[in-house]
Amino acid sequence: MIENVSIYELLTLTTILFFIGLYGFLTRKNLITMLMAIELLLNTSVINFVVINKYLYPDVLQGVYFSIFIIAVAAAETALAISIIINLYRLKTSVDLSETETMKY
Amino acid sequence: MEQIIFYIFAIIIIVMALASVTSRMILRAVIYLLLSLLAISAIYFMLEYNFLGAVQLAVYAGGIIILFIFAVFLVHQIDGKLEVPSIGRKIFMAALSAVGLAITLTTIYSHDFKVVEATKAFDVKDIGRGLLGTGEGGFILPFEVISVLLLAAMIGAIIIAKGQKIEVKK
Repeated sequence: MIENVSIYELLTLTTILFFIGLYGFLTRKNLITMLMAIELLLNTSVINFVVINKYLYPDVLQGVYFSIFIIAVAAAETALAISIIINLYRLKTSVDLSETETMKY
Repeated sequence: MEQIIFYIFAIIIIVMALASVTSRMILRAVIYLLLSLLAISAIYFMLEYNFLGAVQLAVYAGGIIILFIFAVFLVHQIDGKLEVPSIGRKIFMAALSAVGLAITLTTIYSHDFKVVEATKAFDVKDIGRGLLGTGEGGFILPFEVISVLLLAAMIGAIIIAKGQKIEVKK
């Protein structure tokens, strides 16, 4: 663990980061920037896994394994989402959220 | 000393994340996200999970950010500023996030975490043995499943992004 830094400070950092990501996800209108906010959210959960592993259960590595799986899922999700966005751009010549309502009805 | 370094990195992470979700230039937002992710990998290195820090650098900074930059180039959004959400929406969402933040922080600070001192150190070899272990506590099945998922995502991304011939709507 980091010297003189308690688990509360680290969890405060991740909580603030999570809600910054949530704010970005809720206010952004562009699909790419929304995806970036989702990346922030996923990364926050990774830090949480690592911090709780390090401070509360330092003799096992389960948190690290889960973090690696989350990172892999995040990479797969980003690649798929970006390919969908590029295809959407071909279809609509726009990546704005308000233009993409075909699947709504 | 380590405390000061941690606070510096924490400030970098939060300021860059804020800049990333509020910047109006899309390429700058991507670069701010990159700086935030780099500072997060520094946190992993400080927690002595060197492998995870390296994975963060390689996958996020090296892979995902490049994907984002390519996406920005491919959809021709480099010039021109992003649309600003209305001020009422901004305030409402900020208030919503602040309420969530307050609730979560109260819960965290009212919970008593039982911090345990580490008795043994790990290196990359232990992570590999655990991920590929078939015995008790081994993660071989999720590891194989995630490899199939990555392959499926890769093929799916190629098929979707290739697309069929579509006439551009006027």
